[in-house]
Amino acid sequence: MAKLLAVTIIIIAIGSAIPIVGHYWEAPANVSTHGHLIDDQMSDTMVETGICFLVSQIILAVFIWKYANRGREHRIGRLPGGALGLVILAFLVVGSEVIALGVLGTHAWAEVYFKPPGPNAMPVQVQAGQFAFYFRYPGPDGVFGPIHPDMISEATENFFGLDTTHDAASKDDIVTAEMDIPINREIHLLMHSKDLGHSFFVPAMRIQQDFVPGLDLSLHFTADKIGRYEIVCTQLCGLGHYNMKAYLSVLSPDDFDKWLKQEAALQ
Amino acid sequence: MKSYYQRRFAALGASIAVICIAGVMLSQRVRAASDGSIKGTVKLDGTAPHMRGIDMSKDPYCVKANAGHPVHLQLVEVGNGNGLENVVLYISQGLSSAESAQKPTSVPVFDQKNCMYTPHVIAMDVGQDYKVITSDQTTHNIHPEPNPMTGNIPWNRSQPPGAAPIVTNWKAEEVAIPVKCNIHPWMHGYFVVVKGPYATTDDNGNYTIENVPPGNYTVTAWQETYGTQAQKVTVGAGQAATLDFTFKAK
Amino acid sequence: MHNMPADPTLHHAPPQGFIRKYIFSIDHKVIGKQYYALGLVAVVTGMVLSWIMRVHLGWTNARIPGVGFFTPAGAPGGLMTPELYLQIMTMHATLMVFFVLTVAPFAAYGNFFLPIQVGAEDMPFPHINMMSFWVTLVAFCVLVSSFFVGDGPTLAGWTSYAPLSAVGAAAGPGQGTGQVLWAVSIAIFCVGQLLGSLNFIPTTLDLRAKGMTFSRMPYTVWAWFITSLMGLTAFAVLMPACVLLILDHVAGTSFFVASNLVVNDQLVPHAGGSTLLWQHLFWFFGHPEVYIAIVPGMGIVSHVLSTNLRRPLLSYKVVIGSMLTIAFLSYMVYGHHMFVSGMNPVSSLAFSFPTLIITIPATIIVLIWLGSIYKSRLRINSASLFALGFISMFISGGISGFFLAQPTIDIMLHATYFVVGHFHLVMAVAAIFGIFAGTYFWFPKMFGRMLDERLGKIHFWLTFVGAYCIFMPFHYLGFAANVRRYQAFVDDYTVHLIPVHRFITIAALATGAAQFIFLYNIIHSRFWGKPAPENPWEATSLEWTIPSPPPFDNFGGKHPIVTHDAYQYGVDGPDGKDYVMQDAPEGIAPQAPAES
Repeated sequence: MAKLLAVTIIIIAIGSAIPIVGHYWEAPANVSTHGHLIDDQMSDTMVETGICFLVSQIILAVFIWKYANRGREHRIGRLPGGALGLVILAFLVVGSEVIALGVLGTHAWAEVYFKPPGPNAMPVQVQAGQFAFYFRYPGPDGVFGPIHPDMISEATENFFGLDTTHDAASKDDIVTAEMDIPINREIHLLMHSKDLGHSFFVPAMRIQQDFVPGLDLSLHFTADKIGRYEIVCTQLCGLGHYNMKAYLSVLSPDDFDKWLKQEAALQ
Repeated sequence: MKSYYQRRFAALGASIAVICIAGVMLSQRVRAASDGSIKGTVKLDGTAPHMRGIDMSKDPYCVKANAGHPVHLQLVEVGNGNGLENVVLYISQGLSSAESAQKPTSVPVFDQKNCMYTPHVIAMDVGQDYKVITSDQTTHNIHPEPNPMTGNIPWNRSQPPGAAPIVTNWKAEEVAIPVKCNIHPWMHGYFVVVKGPYATTDDNGNYTIENVPPGNYTVTAWQETYGTQAQKVTVGAGQAATLDFTFKAK
Repeated sequence: MHNMPADPTLHHAPPQGFIRKYIFSIDHKVIGKQYYALGLVAVVTGMVLSWIMRVHLGWTNARIPGVGFFTPAGAPGGLMTPELYLQIMTMHATLMVFFVLTVAPFAAYGNFFLPIQVGAEDMPFPHINMMSFWVTLVAFCVLVSSFFVGDGPTLAGWTSYAPLSAVGAAAGPGQGTGQVLWAVSIAIFCVGQLLGSLNFIPTTLDLRAKGMTFSRMPYTVWAWFITSLMGLTAFAVLMPACVLLILDHVAGTSFFVASNLVVNDQLVPHAGGSTLLWQHLFWFFGHPEVYIAIVPGMGIVSHVLSTNLRRPLLSYKVVIGSMLTIAFLSYMVYGHHMFVSGMNPVSSLAFSFPTLIITIPATIIVLIWLGSIYKSRLRINSASLFALGFISMFISGGISGFFLAQPTIDIMLHATYFVVGHFHLVMAVAAIFGIFAGTYFWFPKMFGRMLDERLGKIHFWLTFVGAYCIFMPFHYLGFAANVRRYQAFVDDYTVHLIPVHRFITIAALATGAAQFIFLYNIIHSRFWGKPAPENPWEATSLEWTIPSPPPFDNFGGKHPIVTHDAYQYGVDGPDGKDYVMQDAPEGIAPQAPAES
């Protein structure tokens, strides 16, 4: 039985690694300029942890194979190095991984969160509410009109509660159900929630950030590939959470201008 | 051999039975020969406001279901000759309490089809069962939001594809209860809960309220954007009274 | 700290009558068994709920007969609605985390064996101890009652984030009465566990037998002691958080609800609250809670392994020190649940470093276990199999934690199935393996009967392989950005993952079915198992010096005197044995294990 357990552990360990090494199921390909930092960190971690995983499971298996059911005639032995050696090993191996990945990770994190958006970043506002995302572009005046929560009405499609009669800045705002952006242009995404906690996750764009009711948060990113990607909510927000999504289309600058004009005409 | 008391008892029992059966029969709105009707047209005076198009892109099933026929808001739906659709007409004054307590045996059906409510506005009596069904292959939730002051209790239930109909009714009059789908935020409709006979205008603004006993009444017309209007009408025995309404465009 | 002889005033008379013996008992052993029974009911319920979830995830349109039982709104035709899925998910998690993983390894085994292992007759406050079980049972009943009220239980998850959990029925089905019942139940549960900690801690500090110094306490005693200290601080934060949540519902306060929120077309009448406050309070409890779930398992594995390796672990002090370090660090890492929550991104980095560093003591413990197997005389039985399985599972789960400890990677893995795979491996599998190891090891002592070894081994094999088949694929789903807490997968980029979900469902149903072998084994053996000797495993700690099952006062009125540490294995003991009992007479000089 011990030998069977040892073999099983090894089969499970190697079997578990195969889908990863073989790239069976992966996230959508990266289409953002900062995404490679995250992907690189992910690969580094996979290699380091993969080695630790395989080595430790194999050692467990080998030890079970070798030392099970030994009788009194076998002397109890002490691992060379003893406990102290293992403590030092743990500090060295894990410590070095912690430092390497922790420090590396700080750089990637800083790229996303500590660098402010550039002055030329295009502002787009996103509002999350049970169970959809709606987007707003500021229009030619470049200013978002004020939001009046008491005027929010889904029935009349006034999702942001805009008062176009009295607020000049709201008159040219463009509200859409889909987020389209031009390629290679930094986007400054302004996030707020209408009602509860939600989250904004675009796997292809390597961005994820919770909406916090009461807080105005923002993200910035740049897309470098034309295509149509999905934005999904990842913060449990009620029964429709599974279907709370929107599409993010990355277009050429000309196509984006055309699209924005079309949307403006529909307001 | 029947005693005096047995005979009295049988007579009393029979009378009670007759009264009960009559009561059951009378509570169904059975067309009486003398019932008249009220008919007419509801029009919009002025230009109908532009109805925004609906972008359903968050649910590709809805986009596909409506491919080729774009959908727009239904706040003001105008047909031939500026007739207003989805206006509910009901008798707000003049019915006796017995008459207004009667409700039809029919069960109005509220469908979710191609990610829109069909019909957009549905009228029913207090206590009259109505049925919510789904014809779509995407899950909807039905969330009526009655005014808490009326005593009507809000509910919120989902219907996945193939779900059984929801059959329920409302306990109190309310003009009108908004109903929405949270999963598809553009889906909005109304349950208009009234007492007594009612009708809803068709796409050209025409309506007929049937089964109206002869008498003098006030008829109220309700439209979701323009609110209510009331007018008086007299219905003769077996007659069809005419009553038209005009709402002014804002 | 000083050693005291067992306090003679604690001596209580033997219980009389059925009620005093088995229902309202102040005997820590009965209380331990009552907790175990509660854990069993909770785990079977939680497991059935998970089957329903898994079937629905694999086959979204499947009709599941009887599923409408779990909500007053019903499910006509067995068709699962999105709200019902989330409600079942919430109850599954709440039952498992609180009523299984906190109750079984800590409250059940700790209650039964902590006093015995330190040589005491009972806990110092037996009536409070009895109250702790009954309070916990009330919490369980309140939680389960939410299945039958209004529109059913809350659907906000076991984490119950505000404002979804705080704004009331407007937010959706189950968010009215169901949510309040959840918060009430958890608040009551916290009280129950605090009452338990109030006994565990003085038992360890003051009731140790003569000669039982701290360094002679078994690993399990340290584990329960450390866990009860963590429980004291963690539950003491969760309880007021739940009270604040209840107040937001019923008293119009706004602790967790910000201003100007529009929920379902209504401007919510709350203002000024903080969404993140709930998360901070919850995770300040939540992270120590997961260590509360695993530390007793580490203690049990260390204890069971030592016995079955026939040698002490490489270093007692290092293992204890690592457990203490883990407990200490557990308070500093909680923000790793909140990396992308909107809190200051500097805080995210700050939390990530202790999270990475806590890997070090966990690695040390695993390495000590592995290193102790080297040149040991490993015995294979059901208990040792589950202990070894624990090590394998803990390695796997711990390693996946390493990904989640890095905020940058968390951008891609937060709220995906990767997280679900990670915590299921460490909690649902490793911690449960700890419970199984403890059961197979201690069942003979608790009930005076041996469990069936053959059934135990079959149970191990099916569970070990099955659990890997279920939870390893979760990590692949997470790498593929499959988001969690979805009742169906409608996104384009996840369509290709549905076959993986179906594989997991089949594995889950099969592994779940295998647990009935365990249930059958414990029920059958309880009444018809082979009678157990006093010390079937040739173990050294004090529980093996008393009859199986123990008398009501554990040591028969005697006060044990401890002369050796708890792990004198692999020595030349008396009567040709390879071990020396903790209370063996002085003068039998234990020798260091023979070196090679």
